Formats: sequence, structure tokens, C-alpha cells
Amino acid sequence: MSETSPRIVIVGAGPAGIRAAAMLVEAGLHPVVIDEGQRAGGQIYRRPPAGFVRTPEQLYGSEAAKAVALHALFDRLAEEGRLTHCAASSVIALQEGRLHVLGEGGVQLVSYDRLILATGASDRVAPVPGWQSAGVYSLGAAQIALKAQGVALGQRIVLIGSGPLLTLVGAQLVKAGADVVAVLDTSSRRQQMQGLWELAARPLVALRGLALRARLGGRYHAGVTLERIEADGKGVTAIRWHDAGGREHLTLCDTIGVGWHLRAETHLADLAGCAFIYDEKWRQWLPKTDEMGRAGNGAYLAGDGVRLLGADGAEIAGRLAAVACLADLGFPAPSTASDLRKLARLERFARGLARAFPWPTAMARALPDDAVVCRCENVTAAALRQSTDFGGTEANRVKSLSRVGMGRCQGRYCQLAAVELIAAQTGCTPGAVGRFRGQAPVRPAPIGAFLRDG
Amino acid sequence: MITDGRIVRLAEFGRAQLHFFLDGQMCSALAGDTVLTAMLASGHALRKSEFGPEWRAGFCLMGACQDCWIWQDEGSRIRACSAPITEGMRLRTTEPESWP
Repeated sequence: MSETSPRIVIVGAGPAGIRAAAMLVEAGLHPVVIDEGQRAGGQIYRRPPAGFVRTPEQLYGSEAAKAVALHALFDRLAEEGRLTHCAASSVIALQEGRLHVLGEGGVQLVSYDRLILATGASDRVAPVPGWQSAGVYSLGAAQIALKAQGVALGQRIVLIGSGPLLTLVGAQLVKAGADVVAVLDTSSRRQQMQGLWELAARPLVALRGLALRARLGGRYHAGVTLERIEADGKGVTAIRWHDAGGREHLTLCDTIGVGWHLRAETHLADLAGCAFIYDEKWRQWLPKTDEMGRAGNGAYLAGDGVRLLGADGAEIAGRLAAVACLADLGFPAPSTASDLRKLARLERFARGLARAFPWPTAMARALPDDAVVCRCENVTAAALRQSTDFGGTEANRVKSLSRVGMGRCQGRYCQLAAVELIAAQTGCTPGAVGRFRGQAPVRPAPIGAFLRDG
Repeated sequence: MITDGRIVRLAEFGRAQLHFFLDGQMCSALAGDTVLTAMLASGHALRKSEFGPEWRAGFCLMGACQDCWIWQDEGSRIRACSAPITEGMRLRTTEPESWP
């Protein structure tokens, strides 16, 4: 790397970050990759700690070859010294071309000329009364526990929500020998059929999903209505729900996995000054970029943190963001026509997913007054509704008054439901309610991390 | 394998055993466990909620929700889902008595 070589920092070492890094290395650059994981791979291709013995086929199923290829590629580039890997490190703030990076040694400043954010996504969750109890987890958590630790999070598990992960996690847990007693999908079979035409854009993936669902057998119920999670002093004891025919059920369990597809992780994009738009299809705010991932101010976005296309889409988007970055720096950039065509097909499939497995708008809006919306600080639906009398319709005023979204998770898990509640209470659209502003630090940082020796 | 706590071990049994202290009691875990896995193999929750009567046992396991920050005897806190367990760690489900 020459002295004048531009400094490019990539945040995130999942499929998007790894592909972006490889593309930059190919062009002769030396990117810095900052990632929270101990080992590169991201969440869906997350690697267990060293010394674990399950095969890639056991860990990643039909996607094993893709996972192995990405891991091998990244490890090779890191070993050859062609990139710098900052593992177990979190970017907690960014300002004026500098990242504040929290790692084991405290907070370091890392400056960049160009920034590629490949921050991924987490579960999009909606509150169900009782969801603050011990034993309620995101669907992603249940999958991470199995993949990275070889454990089930409880002895009797119920999975609730909708989307591809609901079926996938259920099938993976059943296959691994966990006791999954019910998989409750809030999307009706009729609703799911409406996504069929677009889902046909990836027939093999759609068929694989149906095969996984078949493994769930009688555990799977479509079109359910979720009523309440029951708990005692130790945690979850049962869930009350109605089936599509209106019959009431009380299913005993000690663990619940919850999720409605994904929510893009956008806090750093927000701090980088990206513009956002409310996306009606995904019922969430997404950063605005061009088709290559350019977001302005020297920032580029790739993967599920900007467009929810899954791991295959993230690999492509990572390459595209790197190509855009190279082109803007005046480097020769490879052709992107074929990648853009592939991405268009994945977009069509993703539209089908969004239609077939929708966000539960009506459920979120009808949340009972005594139910907790923000599980960080136990802010109830009643407190939030009352605060609109004083704060009006604007999300950040409701946040200041009710503290919803002000807790540990910084609104990552309550924001979308909170906005539905505000919209319903004040009679406006979620887009008009707005979104909680991202605030640094985007991860908690101990005071000690800012102290210097001497 | 059913454990004394919340979680069930389904794979990766052949790892070395190590020991840690949970609220002063000696417990065992396996090398490669996260603090969260180790604590929930010995108990049912990680900590008490600061804003309600209920216990908490983590939520996202990917460092996004921050539900699983717990105390150590020495006073510093760690995020249980991302910190690996190490021999002799002294963990707490409640804050140390010295905490104001």
C-alpha cells in the first residue's frame, strides 16, 4: 500500500463486508474491516468458537458451500496481510471522517477517506403482552444459540411471528433435537399465497422453504392471533393464542422465539448523515442510496443494513458498493451489469416475502394499554398513547416524553411498534410520525474505555 | 443434555470443562461457552429488570439489544452474549453491594 493510497474502512464482516473487502483488495487497496464478531462471517454465516466440531453442512445446511467460501476468502486475505481485521470491535460513533472504535484496548480513533457500512440487520419484532419476561428471545437469538453454541434456549420452545426465519429456525431446532412445541405464523395461508408470483423469482429457494415447513408438521399453524405470554417468577410458562378458526389455545412452554422478518441496522448510517425514506413494503425507514449503494459524504451502504435481500443479495451489494467506491476514487472498476441484473431478481423475491409474511400492523396498533412496548424500560402502551396528548405526532417528542426508545437498545426493538401506536393514536401515517434519531454512542461504552494510562 | 438451568445442550459435548462463580456458588461450564450460555446452563435468568419485577435472560444474542449486561464481583459489567466465559470468573445476577 502506498502512502497516498486512500483509506477505506468497512464496518461489518458478514457477506456484504467480506465481498466489498475482497473487491477492494483485488484493485490493489488495503481496506480496514471492523467487526463485532470474534471471527468474520456475520450472523447468518456466524462461526462457532475455535474447537467446535460440527461440520459446515450441520451448521449452514443448504448454504454450507457459500459460508465456507466466504470464511476461506476472508481468512486468506487477512493471513496474507492484504486487509486489516479489527475483530470484536464496535464502531460507537463517527464524526468528520473519523470512527470511534471500541475494542478491548479502549476507544481508538480510525480515520477514513471512504466508508462502507455493511452493518446487517436484526430481527424485526413487535410486542406481545408479556414479552418482557425471561425466556422471550428473538428468532435470530434462537438460531445463534444453536449455531454458535450448540444449545437450545429452553426445554419447550414456541416460535411466533412470520417470515422465512420462523420456518428456518423451527426446522433447524427440530433437526438438532430441540423440543419445538408450536410454530405460530400470524400470516394466513391466503396472505402467503399473495406473495407466490414474486416468490417464484427464486423457485429453488421457495421450494426449499416449503420443504423446511414440511419438517415442522403439525407444529405449524398459519393465520394465528397472539394474545398473551404467561410468566411466573422464573420466566415464561405459556402462550395464549387463537388459531385461524378462532379456537383458543394455551400452549405450555418455557421459551419463546419472536420475529417478523428483519429490521435494517441503520444507526451508523444515520450518524453518517444519510437520508432516510419510509419504505411501505418493509414498514420501516431505510437509508437512501443509488443502485450501487452510494449514500453521499463518502459513505456507501451494502447488505441488509440498507436493502433486506438476505445473504445472497448482501454478497452482490458488497461488491457493488466497493465498485462504486473504486469508480469514485478514479480506479478502473469492473462491470456491474450482471450483478445489477441478479439484484433485480432478488428484489422481486424480497417483495414476495414482504407480501407473504407481513409486519403485524393491526396487532401492534391494538396492543393493550397495560402491555410493555419498550422492554428496556418497561414503557407501556398506555404511557406512550398518553404522551401523544402532549407531544403530538412526532416520534422524537414522544420519545422524550415517554422514554420509549431511550433505553439500552436505543429503540432498535420498539421503534417500529411505537410508531404504529403513535400513528393509530393520532390518525397519521408511520411515515409522518418519523423515526427516532440515532445517537452516539450506538453501543454502550464503559467510562474506562475512554481513560488513557498515565 | 438437560442442564441445571434454562438451556439444553444439543451438540459440542467434547469440550474441556471449566469453573466459574455465580453469586458466590461454584458452577461449571464448557470452554467456548459465552457468559450467557454458561450462566443459563446453571440458572434461569441473568439479571433483574431495573424497571419491573421480572427477571431477564437476554433477548437478541447478537449484541444489539444490550439486555444481557451483567455484573462481575470486581465491579465491572460485561455483555454476556458476546463475552466468552473464562476459568474462575466471578459473575453476579445482581449489582454489587457497593453500588450506590
